[in-house]
Amino acid sequence: MFENLSDKLQRAFKNLRGQGTLNEETVGEALREIRLALLEADVNFKVVKELVERIREKALGQEVMTALSPAEQVVKIVRDEMVEVLGRDTAKLRFASNPPTVVLMAGLQGSGKTTTSGKLAHWLKNGGHRPLLVSVDVYRPAAREQLKIVAHAVKAHLYEGQVSEANTATVERLAKEARREAVNSGSDVLIVDTAGRLHIDERLMEEMQSLKRLLNPQEILFVADAMTGQDAVRSAEEFHKKLSLTGVVLTKMDGDARGGAALSIRNVTGQPIKFIGVGEKYDALEPFHPDRIVGRILGMGDILSLIEKAEQQLDKKKQEEFARKALSGDGFSLEDFRDQLRQVKKLGSVQSIMGMLPKIGPFAGLNKAADRVDEGQLTRVEAIINSMTRYERDHHEVINGSRRKRIARGSGTSVQEVNQLLRQYAQMKKMFKQMGKASFGRRLAGMKLPGM
Amino acid sequence: MIQTLFGSTEQKPGFFDRMKQAVTRTRESLSERIEEIASFNKEIDRNTLDELEATLIAADLGTATTQEVLANLREKVDRRQIGDVNELKRLLKQELLAILERAGLQPVKAVDGEPEVILVVGVNGTGKTTTIGKLAQVYRSEGKTVLLAAADTFRAAAIEQLEIWGQRTGTEVIKTKPGGDPAAVLYDAMQAAKARHTDYVIVDTAGRLHTKSSLMDELAKMRRTAQRLIPRAPHETLLIMDATTGQNGLQQARLFTESAGVTGIVLTKLDGTAKGGVAVAISRELGLPVRYVGVGEKAGDLLPFNPREFVDSLFE
Ligand SMILES: Nc1nc2c(ncn2[C@@H]2O[C@H](COP(=O)(O)OP(=O)(O)OP(=O)(O)O)[C@@H](O)[C@H]2O)c(=O)[nH]1
Ligand SMILES: [Mg+2]
Repeated sequence: MFENLSDKLQRAFKNLRGQGTLNEETVGEALREIRLALLEADVNFKVVKELVERIREKALGQEVMTALSPAEQVVKIVRDEMVEVLGRDTAKLRFASNPPTVVLMAGLQGSGKTTTSGKLAHWLKNGGHRPLLVSVDVYRPAAREQLKIVAHAVKAHLYEGQVSEANTATVERLAKEARREAVNSGSDVLIVDTAGRLHIDERLMEEMQSLKRLLNPQEILFVADAMTGQDAVRSAEEFHKKLSLTGVVLTKMDGDARGGAALSIRNVTGQPIKFIGVGEKYDALEPFHPDRIVGRILGMGDILSLIEKAEQQLDKKKQEEFARKALSGDGFSLEDFRDQLRQVKKLGSVQSIMGMLPKIGPFAGLNKAADRVDEGQLTRVEAIINSMTRYERDHHEVINGSRRKRIARGSGTSVQEVNQLLRQYAQMKKMFKQMGKASFGRRLAGMKLPGM
Repeated sequence: MIQTLFGSTEQKPGFFDRMKQAVTRTRESLSERIEEIASFNKEIDRNTLDELEATLIAADLGTATTQEVLANLREKVDRRQIGDVNELKRLLKQELLAILERAGLQPVKAVDGEPEVILVVGVNGTGKTTTIGKLAQVYRSEGKTVLLAAADTFRAAAIEQLEIWGQRTGTEVIKTKPGGDPAAVLYDAMQAAKARHTDYVIVDTAGRLHTKSSLMDELAKMRRTAQRLIPRAPHETLLIMDATTGQNGLQQARLFTESAGVTGIVLTKLDGTAKGGVAVAISRELGLPVRYVGVGEKAGDLLPFNPREFVDSLFE
């Protein structure tokens, strides 16, 4: 249908190989293609503008890497910026310390609130919760009947209640009754399905606010259709302004919509996308992974996986370099050590660095300790090394008492922790060097190191 | 029908008002932006057009349609053939109108005595069932007889929902059990309509994503079933599209046309802030006309689409 973005970028960059840095002209051409791709994916044009500016800044003057083609390099920047907007982590549902947790579903007409309510109940049940469903949609014909059937299908409890008049008073009464029912029936999560409404419908938006006051929900989820175009920012912004949303569910992601609305909504609300709907069945609800949608929005999943591979290659090279250094003459510096820590944090596994160490002698204990090391500790160690000067990192022996005090202060840690790090570092460096002298060590340096 | 809703002079102002209200409510109007640009930048130049480009993109026209529309204007601006902002506005309107009016596909006429069958399709939640309620209301007010076919046997409470619309509009609903065969419901409804000489059969179908080929095949099968009873049926196949839909709307229109033979679009939820510009892109690429617009949740909230009014109200 249209030429793949990766082809266009390759074309834009075909003359760039061999040049030292990415320049204005070639980057400009690539950015025009990226802008079009983002717009075609329905990312809001204002968001696109901001994004493209940031990408331009980052891309200009970047050195051309050997591991990636210039096109790939720019795509990598694009991907990183998009992940930045979308948030790095998979968001979790918030639970009340004092149950029942209340989840209020909000959104425009036809976005998929009722189906999502059922899916959420199913998901919670699988996680060992006891959800209670209630529909306060007294307006749309057969809406409450729909949720009743859905609740039955997922075998979740439903508070039905009585409706004689379709008005806000009834909506409020139903909500209060359902809350009471949740407490009485020992349900720990109450899911409140609401009528779809336009963000400019003042009366119905007020009703939503009054529901919020009544129920004090832990989660107010904005349910939005993945096919939404430029208007996504308006509705999301307005819902957020009136209700302070806590998260977003993007529905109908099993279609072929590129899903640029995800970026727009996240950008205007600042709230994470917590789930995506991927089908009409009740188990078709998945946690949202920001990195996965980026390739889809850009329409270039293939090139992204290539970049990931290239990055892994880069990482591997660094690891091998580190091993070589560590095992030979001068040993590794604190700077090298910090690089390794960063790799570990990126790879998300402490075991991967510890896996480099032989599982014998003094390291045996370390490997066991690795199981207990948490990310927080790594961050502290990194902070300590960050607080050192470049010279200190290369010459740890100059770090005396007063320097240690300064480093502790600078990193928000204690002198004891700085001492501990330096002790461990010295030990490790020595051990590595000894290993390097032994023929066993040379063999180790030459072969594929475990866990890399 | 267009005549009765739109033809008499009493109703005309109502239509204008509502159209304007629907299209301009709370939205930053296109003309304001143009004026703003112009006062800032008296002489029209390429920057003016860049700003206009943003405006069209923001209305969901998509990059291809926007670029096409602006390409001609850009040339004229370059050759200094466009003098002022009003001229620019007029020409832009003309371009948009030309696209919408080019899309002139007409529904097949029902032969005397046979019921006219209208198949209503679209992705999930776009407003199919509601639009059917509204259409039934239109035909009933014309004194026509209508049968509704509840061929969405899949979604929870879909049949009940259509039945409520049946009650509201005094229209009978032909149905089967949940989970039943949609083609069979269609067949029954058409047979009943033939026997009773009913004027219209409107068929509700389950919402489905255009990417699910087995569900799209189901629509093709329903068409074949309809043709067994009345060779020209369905006389009209309406694709119901939510005005908030972005560029995926094009793909929807393409694939629904392939399987279900779409003859027209209904643009719903135009009472919100979305402009529904993807309809322009669909007209341009596929020649599919917009037949109606939905402007609310009540039975009376359906208006025949008038390209001129639509484009005009974007600028007012
Ligand atoms: N504001 C507004 N809401 C509308 C309009 N048309 C439909 N809706 C609402 O959109 C929601 C979905 O409408 P339905 O008619 O159930 O949509 P559907 O396409 O039949 O949905 P499925 O059968 O589930 O695929 C309902 O809440 C309707 O009231 C419209 O023109 N304006
Ligand atoms: Mg329906």
